[in-house]
Amino acid sequence: MALSEFPRLGFDPFIELRRMQSEMNRLFSGFSTTGTRDFPPINIWLGENSVVVTAELPGITGDDVNLSLEEDVLTLSGKREPKSQQQNVSWQRRERAYGSFSRAVQLPFRVDPDKIQERFNNGVLEIELQRLEADRPKKIEIRAA
Amino acid sequence: MSQEIRTVEQQAPTTRETGQRMPSRPVFLPPADIYETKDSIVVLAEMPGVPSEGVDISLERRVLTIRGRSAGNDHAGYQRVYQEYSDGDYERVFTLSENIDRDRIEATLKDGVLQLVLPKAEAAKARRIELKAS
Repeated sequence: MALSEFPRLGFDPFIELRRMQSEMNRLFSGFSTTGTRDFPPINIWLGENSVVVTAELPGITGDDVNLSLEEDVLTLSGKREPKSQQQNVSWQRRERAYGSFSRAVQLPFRVDPDKIQERFNNGVLEIELQRLEADRPKKIEIRAA
Repeated sequence: MSQEIRTVEQQAPTTRETGQRMPSRPVFLPPADIYETKDSIVVLAEMPGVPSEGVDISLERRVLTIRGRSAGNDHAGYQRVYQEYSDGDYERVFTLSENIDRDRIEATLKDGVLQLVLPKAEAAKARRIELKAS
């Protein structure tokens, strides 16, 4: 630390300050704005033999999003595009994000690909998946001897 | 034109007009696109989960307030096991630089996006001034 002359004197009163500063930088580097968040944000709800994945997809209709299922991984992908490219407009604020997105979700069990229900509700996509019949826990009866 | 009054990402629950304290639901700042055309100002705000009856828009002088209450969805019989977003309310306040013709404001809500078309008042539109021949 060439900034301070104190090391020559044998002690440095600023060393604690610098340590604090680097600690603060480290702490706040983890702070991310909403822009860098994974899109779309999802919630997962677990039922007895089914799972529901909900995703916030404002401005997106069913045609803009693709679902694919591979084993127990559900992938949501699609593209967000501005509704119409207006000419001769002056932008005051552009906060909504556009572009492609893709998210893979690991489900807690394998699901039946034929029993997928999806619905859109006010910009929230809800996907309901049923647990694979063969994958369900089997109850084993104990026969009396 | 569209200056924002509050810029916090998330607020503490606010006291509503009724004076009652709302249960602690988070209040989010909806991301918005705002553009201006020759005749109007268009606001697009993302409020996923808000039904049309949950939207409340008010314009007082030049202060535009957008509020949305998400319906929420408690999946009966289901347990939430993973969460990245939470249900809550949306609120945002803008100050517009132009006078707005209040009677012709159009608001639509589609797929969780609120679109507001605010026509500029006649007086605010640029007027061509003709030179009088002397």
